[in-house]
Amino acid sequence: MDFIIGHYNYWVVIVLMMVGLYTVISRGNLVKKIIGLNIFQVSVFFLYISLGTVEGGAAPIIAEGVKVYSNPLPHVLILTAIVVGVATTALALALVVRIKETYGTIEEDEIHNLDHSL
Amino acid sequence: MGNHISLLLVIVPLIAAPLVAVLPRGRLPWAVSFAVSVVCAVFAGIQLLSVIQGGVISYELGGWAPPWGIEYRIDAVNAFVALIVSIIAALTLPYALHSAEREIPEEKIPTFYSALLLCLTGLLGITQTGDIFNVFVFLEISSLSSYALISLGKSRQAFTSSYQYLIMGTIGATFYLIGVGLLYSQTGTLNMQDMANILPSVLHLNTVITGFTFIMVGIALKLALFPLHLWLPNAYTYAPTVVTVFLAATATKVAVYVMLRILFTVFPQTFTIATPADELFIVAGMAGVIIASVYAIYQKNIKRLLAYSSVAQIGYMALGIGFASVTGLMATLIHLFNHALMKGALFMAIGAIIYRIDSCRLDQIHGLGRAMPWTFGAIVIGGLSLVGVPGTAGFISKWYLVTAALEQSAWIPVAVILIGSLLAVVYVGKLIEALYFKPVTDNGKTVTEAPLMLLVPTWGLVLANIYFGLDTDLTVGVAEQAAAILGGIKP
Repeated sequence: MDFIIGHYNYWVVIVLMMVGLYTVISRGNLVKKIIGLNIFQVSVFFLYISLGTVEGGAAPIIAEGVKVYSNPLPHVLILTAIVVGVATTALALALVVRIKETYGTIEEDEIHNLDHSL
Repeated sequence: MGNHISLLLVIVPLIAAPLVAVLPRGRLPWAVSFAVSVVCAVFAGIQLLSVIQGGVISYELGGWAPPWGIEYRIDAVNAFVALIVSIIAALTLPYALHSAEREIPEEKIPTFYSALLLCLTGLLGITQTGDIFNVFVFLEISSLSSYALISLGKSRQAFTSSYQYLIMGTIGATFYLIGVGLLYSQTGTLNMQDMANILPSVLHLNTVITGFTFIMVGIALKLALFPLHLWLPNAYTYAPTVVTVFLAATATKVAVYVMLRILFTVFPQTFTIATPADELFIVAGMAGVIIASVYAIYQKNIKRLLAYSSVAQIGYMALGIGFASVTGLMATLIHLFNHALMKGALFMAIGAIIYRIDSCRLDQIHGLGRAMPWTFGAIVIGGLSLVGVPGTAGFISKWYLVTAALEQSAWIPVAVILIGSLLAVVYVGKLIEALYFKPVTDNGKTVTEAPLMLLVPTWGLVLANIYFGLDTDLTVGVAEQAAAILGGIKP
């Protein structure tokens, strides 16, 4: 029981990861795929932030009377990863806009039919 | 300058990229990009020389000592890969001038060159850095810019294939990120060298094994290892030809390099061999060689034909990794170089045909070989190199690969390599048959030879194919040194 409750943040990570990945694979709507991708990426952000936590640690800012600090490095890494994630999402959405303009739809199966009925 | 070259190699294209984007239309953006690519090629050449003569270069970014600061750590392996990338860039750019003017709308030309330089930055950054998280950042720089580059293709499928690549590429990169996080949680370091020192004491932990697996799958997606190659044929087919040339010759190669680094430098080789990773590489490599080659035979689009052939060639590199011996790694590294030469030459020649007839369908190119003799010659020699005929670069890679297989008495891979070559004969033969032996389809257009600016870079690569098929001192010498660094211990 302690194993389950004590690692609850990791369970959240795993659930989010699977939800995200499943959405990417199963949805035919291109925007929903991007949402799934975002959830998938966010789960990894949670994973990193969880890794950086030190039990009883304060925020990593030097202050009087504080002896234990959390590890700031994973947070910094994940700031970079968030930026990358935002850029990816922006690019993906831009592509979806262009797909909508040229195909008139953002459903994967309809796009497939349009490409193969020629 | 001295040591700063390792950093300049990444900084110069990075700074040039936004600069190029704001330059006026016309040929100025091209000229600046070309100059940058030449500078990079020179730097990479100097870097390789100094590594071969003086040993490992360690560059501390901002003066922060590793393992805390980011370290660029250059040995023969990455100096070699960096040279391949920058030389291909320096050859692609002269080719880009006319090809891009034809295939990319005029108002997008400056941003096109900007994205190309960013892609170059990312690829060179991956080769230079000795920091495992930095690899992720550069991987995403190169990937994001290549998604944008692919979407510049003329047909609307360019958007969908770019989207498809984006989804799969991001999943791959995120898998890599998960793996890095798990490894960091157990080693507390991101420096590859430092991690390599700490890892042996924590190898039994499930977290490390899981991290290893995530990284393997993530990179396998990026390098389009069969069966994770699904994004590649579409991306290569619908991208503008210049982009195809550049990506086909560099992007997957750099991913192979990352794979080698993780498998053989970061993790101890004993661990890699104890896991099923090496067997998986052999199985995936063999499947890729056979299945992708068969797919290539049935393609009606010449770009897609070569794209499937690329998947097959990546299979050969995977075989070399799977053998995990010094000869096997040498074969992978040599093929890395040679495949960049042959695919570069072939895609450039195909691009010359597209430049003239504006189509890449196999039934539209009938008889063009007689109208475009130089382009046709390039395809013949590039194709022979792809097959692995003695006297061409392709033969050297196949030779080392077969030797590596024979060393381990791995008879099935030997058979697969030979069958793969026979299948290559079939699909290259189809190209040549259509170009030379089929009667010309008369549609009232007379086709003339491609412009010189397209032919010169093409033939530069074609001649390199022949040169490196005859004189193997450079490729084999460097690959030998690089394979020794990576180590590979299985007999």
